Amino acid sequence: MILGMTNPVMADADFAIKGLYKYELFGQELWITTTHVSLAIVSICLLIFMIVANAKMKKATAVPKGFQNVIELIVELMDNLVYGTMGKHYVRFRNYIGVLFMFLLFANISGLFGLRPPTADFSITFPLGLITFVLINYNGFKANKFGHIKGLFEPMPFMFPVNFVGEIAVPISLSLRLFGNVMSGTVMMGLIYGLLPIWIKAGVPSVLHVYFDIFSGAIQTYVFCMLTMVYIGDKIGAEE
Amino acid sequence: MTNGISNEAFVLGCSAIGAGIAMIAGFGPGIGQGNAAAQAVAAVGRNPGAAGAIRTTMFMGQAVAETTGLYSFAVAIILLFANPLVGKLK
Repeated sequence: MILGMTNPVMADADFAIKGLYKYELFGQELWITTTHVSLAIVSICLLIFMIVANAKMKKATAVPKGFQNVIELIVELMDNLVYGTMGKHYVRFRNYIGVLFMFLLFANISGLFGLRPPTADFSITFPLGLITFVLINYNGFKANKFGHIKGLFEPMPFMFPVNFVGEIAVPISLSLRLFGNVMSGTVMMGLIYGLLPIWIKAGVPSVLHVYFDIFSGAIQTYVFCMLTMVYIGDKIGAEE
Repeated sequence: MTNGISNEAFVLGCSAIGAGIAMIAGFGPGIGQGNAAAQAVAAVGRNPGAAGAIRTTMFMGQAVAETTGLYSFAVAIILLFANPLVGKLK
């Protein structure tokens, strides 16, 4: 679905997902949209960062200097974050959480560089929510075997529908939270750039970029990773 | 329709009103987030040493409290820009 392709407001305020290139696959009409382009750019930036970091760490020195400091800072920060929430299980999850954190941070901040943030598209955030859902249930099943399924029937068997809906709502609310926050920032910036007179556009948007792209993006990145860890930790009993 | 308003224009206008009404839900999260911030301020006042932990907890709680507002935001965006109701006119 390409939102608002024929809407007259779109001529002024520029925040919809735009189709760039149409192609057909098995008789389906599909589009390459702005989301794909910004997702590709974000991924390439992350890849370049990864290659550079890898090359630097190949010839790492005992006393870190320069770029090695930054990499060690990031890794240590992520390790502490995951350790603080998941305790002794952190070794199994720090890679995924670290990747998730970096990707979401880059994606949310990309609005600052004139891209349409990939996370302002529900088809990007929902798969991330689904991955969390799969991780929660896989780890819950691995840790508790059939106690995981029995947990749905507690405290009373007739509570099953309520518990079941509660489980299903996790990925939906996780992905909608991220999508809604980034999308609202994108809509606000689109309205401001599209509808304000030219002389206000000179200074005001920079202040709003700080809030909507950097602050809100960083907070939502943190919240998404934190909730993922809390939900998983809840199932595997990370408290002990 | 009477008065020369086409059916489509009427549905579009009502969708816009509906989007506006949907966003009234925004005041719930506002109250909730304000409450969380007020309690966090009180907690920091009582125990300044725990300011870091309180801040992160507050942001987490506020982000979760925001969810209902974001649901209404999603409804408003869909009403305004995806126009699901215009397709029902046949």
